[in-house]
Amino acid sequence: MKTQMISGNHAAALAAVMAGNANRVGRGFCSGVYPITPSTECMEFLCQQSIQKGHVVRVESEHSAMGVCIGGSASGARTFTTTGGNGLIYMAENAAVAALLRLPIVMAVANRTIGPPWNIWTDHNDSLMLRDTGWIQIYCGDNQEVLDSVLMAFRVAEDRRVLLPVMVCQEGFILSHTMMPIAIPDQEQVDRFLPCLDLPHRLVDSPRTLGSFDTSHMTEVHRMQHHDTMGAVREVYAEIQTRFEEVFGRRPPDPVIPYRTEDAEVLIVAMGTISETVNRVVDRARSRGLRVGSVRVAMFRPFPSDLLRRAFSGVTRIAVVDRNISLGFGGVLWGEARGVAEPGAIVQNYVAGIGGGDVRPEHIEAMLTDLCDRKAAEEPVFMGVGE
Amino acid sequence: MIEPEFQQAACAETVRPEHLLRPGNTNCGGCGMSVALQMFHRATGDTKVQLVIPACCAAVAAGGFPFTAYGAPLLMSTFASAAAVATGMSQVARLNGDDIRVVCWAGDGGTYDIGLASLSAAAERNEDILFVCYDNEIYGNTGGQRSSATPMGAGTSNTPAGKTEPKKDILGIMAAHRIPYAATVSLAHPEDARRKMRRAIEERGFRFLLILTPCPTGWKSEPAMGIELVRLAVQSGLFPVVEVEHGARWTVNVEPDFSRSALERYVSMQRRFRKSTTAAESLSRQAELRWQELLIRARSNPSAVSFE
Repeated sequence: MKTQMISGNHAAALAAVMAGNANRVGRGFCSGVYPITPSTECMEFLCQQSIQKGHVVRVESEHSAMGVCIGGSASGARTFTTTGGNGLIYMAENAAVAALLRLPIVMAVANRTIGPPWNIWTDHNDSLMLRDTGWIQIYCGDNQEVLDSVLMAFRVAEDRRVLLPVMVCQEGFILSHTMMPIAIPDQEQVDRFLPCLDLPHRLVDSPRTLGSFDTSHMTEVHRMQHHDTMGAVREVYAEIQTRFEEVFGRRPPDPVIPYRTEDAEVLIVAMGTISETVNRVVDRARSRGLRVGSVRVAMFRPFPSDLLRRAFSGVTRIAVVDRNISLGFGGVLWGEARGVAEPGAIVQNYVAGIGGGDVRPEHIEAMLTDLCDRKAAEEPVFMGVGE
Repeated sequence: MIEPEFQQAACAETVRPEHLLRPGNTNCGGCGMSVALQMFHRATGDTKVQLVIPACCAAVAAGGFPFTAYGAPLLMSTFASAAAVATGMSQVARLNGDDIRVVCWAGDGGTYDIGLASLSAAAERNEDILFVCYDNEIYGNTGGQRSSATPMGAGTSNTPAGKTEPKKDILGIMAAHRIPYAATVSLAHPEDARRKMRRAIEERGFRFLLILTPCPTGWKSEPAMGIELVRLAVQSGLFPVVEVEHGARWTVNVEPDFSRSALERYVSMQRRFRKSTTAAESLSRQAELRWQELLIRARSNPSAVSFE
């Protein structure tokens, strides 16, 4: 274990390389990659590494990048790719296929707003567009989490009880291009943590069709199985967190991360790096005597309804900060979180940081003031628009 | 027409325990793709293959979960992704020293149209893949719409008066990638077909086969007349039977006699050309242009025209 100053992109790639090396005694490592800002450096780093029994294919599109991962994974290799923004939604068709084929592919997403207007900066709308495709989704808060989550992602994805792809999301530039000192594990530790992938449905010699046609009632069965598996992810995740801690000596992020929520009457809920800003505002408000706490949703799929319900118990006012907008509705996280709040609680949506707009402490302070003055929740409020 | 003599040698020994296309598949009677698959099975029976099939009639032919009409492992890819998915499979096979060949079996839509970008990219990278396009010149299982492989004059469900653009030269496109081996395959010339299929399965790097496969449903032709239609297409020069090594050495394998009556019979046997009064004329003109190019290419090759 050593400490290095690296970016989120670099952290994701480093984790993928070590995970790839760890499968050298298995079927090896295969990746298809295509550049798009802000994930480019991740694929560049991957292409500069020598991976034992591994191959990185420089393809012609994100769609094909996922195609290569599908083929590689179906042949039993550990697979990884990275993208963001319009690249991710161009990949969407094959991304959905990867999940429906139950292939344990890991993807590092450097979140970027969907253009036009063309804008390379971040928001969560790209990966949230793939919310319903059957991928596990993790949203990171710092670069250590990026590295740890990618390693966790492989182990969770490849677990026989799961066999689902995992998206590890980090906000473009805010994490992908910011250097932070993080603990880098040794290859030997990763080897201990990540057993070889043994895909039960991998293509071998005998006749078998992966991705065949289905009747309606069989599709219902397959969807239900997929959904049930999603329901089992959390238990597996918790088990693997403990294993991770044993091997690496630190705990990877919980699906829901509460901050000073013990006696809170007011909560601010967010995803990704905004939560760090929220926590500073919570500290200040606490010093003024306000009983406020914060909750960060780190795992968005499967949605941790039970953990949020517990966090929301006894809370009368909840602000949900969304760095995304489902146009014609409001924030995606808000839409899901308000369903688990206690009856009568005011759950107000604040949309902030779209297209990489800076979300500053004063924005969060303004949300808090607005929330505390409210008699009822209303339409989503846009914060700091055009500033 | 100057063509290789048929010596009954198209049927090779096969060690594959299962037929590649097994009984119980859903293909139409007289489906040219079924014939092509049978020939491919016989030609390559001693080789383990893994198939990638994008959306097309061959994908539907597999039947519903949990059964499969294919006697080999098969991954059904998205429409545009056959060559990309095959890349992943072939790279992992290489890393592990697996004794298998990865074969894409795609229709003209998944080759000429939506699949072209990933196909071109895999060819440019010279991936170790055999890409077979069975060309029935139509989007078959969506009910018969035009593709860029549909010939000029052919009526389809979205070009009811006949297509106004000529067919795309996919072999020329693939040859321009300088891949080790590219060839067109005539179902009416089984020995030539077998030799090409064998060469294509044995060669390493990217290989491309184009097979004209009559579609009685889309072409509105007699199911029993498929092989005859291919024969007429070859004889009239409409479907050149050639092979290209490294994009440079062009060889004409069957020399057509450009018979006008063969062309007219070809057109008259398919009701898809019925709405167009000038189909035979325009097809003949395109065949002529195509052959001018082909002969220039083949003449620059020392063994210009060879008949094996």
